[in-house]
Amino acid sequence: MAELRYLEDVVTLECDRDRCIGCGMCSVVCPHGVFVLEERKAVMAARNLCMECGACMRNCPSGAITVEAGEGCVRGVINELLGIEGPCC
Amino acid sequence: MNAPATGNSPGMILPMAKEIPSGAGEFRLPSTDQPFVLGTVVTAVGPVPQIGSELFWRDLRGRYLVRWNIGRDCYSVEPGLYALGHPRDDSPVMVTANYKLTFDLLRQTLSGRDLWILVLDTKGINVWCAAGKGTFGTEELLDRIQASRLAEVVSHRRLIVPQLGAPGLAAFEIQKYAGFRVVYGPVLMEDLPAFLENDCRATPEMRIKKFPLKERLVLVPVEVMQGLQQGIPLMLFFLLVAGLAGDGPFLNAALVHGLPPALSVLTGIIAGTIVTPILLPWIPGRPFSVKGALAGLVLFFLVFIVSGADGSGYFMLEPISWLLITLAVSSWLGMAFTGASTFTSLNGVRKEMLRAMPAQFAGLVLGIGLWGASFWLG
Ligand code: SF4
Ligand code: SF4
Repeated sequence: MAELRYLEDVVTLECDRDRCIGCGMCSVVCPHGVFVLEERKAVMAARNLCMECGACMRNCPSGAITVEAGEGCVRGVINELLGIEGPCC
Repeated sequence: MNAPATGNSPGMILPMAKEIPSGAGEFRLPSTDQPFVLGTVVTAVGPVPQIGSELFWRDLRGRYLVRWNIGRDCYSVEPGLYALGHPRDDSPVMVTANYKLTFDLLRQTLSGRDLWILVLDTKGINVWCAAGKGTFGTEELLDRIQASRLAEVVSHRRLIVPQLGAPGLAAFEIQKYAGFRVVYGPVLMEDLPAFLENDCRATPEMRIKKFPLKERLVLVPVEVMQGLQQGIPLMLFFLLVAGLAGDGPFLNAALVHGLPPALSVLTGIIAGTIVTPILLPWIPGRPFSVKGALAGLVLFFLVFIVSGADGSGYFMLEPISWLLITLAVSSWLGMAFTGASTFTSLNGVRKEMLRAMPAQFAGLVLGIGLWGASFWLG
């Protein structure tokens, strides 16, 4: 089956190598295999597959990961453009 | 029947072992007066409602209605601790949301096993969406552990939490404040038995969220209903305006000039909410708006050319307006499917929308404009 991929170079995911303590939690919780552990440090091996769910950031005990987490849905973005609070689902 | 526990969470004041903030985490077991409760299991803290794996007709009827987007907002179970089968103090504890569909699937999947199910109050919303909102979250889990006096019910200190709940809760905080170790279970519930048998270890494949045809198909009905909700007023608009503004009797004019654009809207709805989700990996283009428009283009030609309704006999502008209408609708509804997909990011959708929405809007306005103009020119 053809691979499902979304847009390239749009996500806000960043990982601070110096703060990483190599616990590996980010690679456990990520549903798209974005992180791998190399030499006891987390590396973003597939950054473009990130869906900005925020699981890695939330579960990183050292605060090494930042991402603008949110649900990527049309209604949510429209609400945001209109300046009203409204969730996706 | 007891009132369901409300999430009067203590803010960031976290409940420590013996310092319970007043109101929060107050001891409470779920009501046994729920249709799926079979009885109770005696524990150190009292009778815990016992449930089975078998679903009854009303469970299945509810599931069917939910799939079709009917009454899906009030489909919940009471949060708290439940016993599946005959669990003991060393049986695993599974954490889940209080969306009835999730709860039912979980007890079905775990059929034949004895374990504890800790249901969080996610306001009847599934794990993934609730985690995004934070209702399936650290505070709620801490409260629920406290309110169920879980530490007295079980002798171990391990919780199995669905991986898709991870955006909402921090495992290291649960460990720190409640003393329970969070083990993230597989992405798919159907992998749970294998996960449990493998000593609660997930294989790398179990950690990846895929979006197979089976899953996309399940989403189609809800997409169709939402598409119809938006599209039917537009279809009525075309029929009504054509009937009133066209030559001859209302019905005749509505059929001649109103039916084709109404069919165009319907074609766009089918392309955006059925064809796009099903053929998602095979339609070229990364943005969903492009996929939707391409699906609309192909379906338009199938419907209008192959069926013989090729617009001959109409002033040329009219068939062009139909195509524009189909493209605008299918592109818009295709783009809306990003909300249900499992690999689109917020910033990606934002970027796509800012580019696609002007085009979709222009297409629709131009389509309606050309269609209107053809009345005077044709
Ligand atoms: S969760 Fe944080 S500390 Fe742990 S490996 Fe990932 S980046 Fe490093
Ligand atoms: S935000 Fe989600 S998808 Fe992106 S890297 Fe983190 S866990 Fe993976």
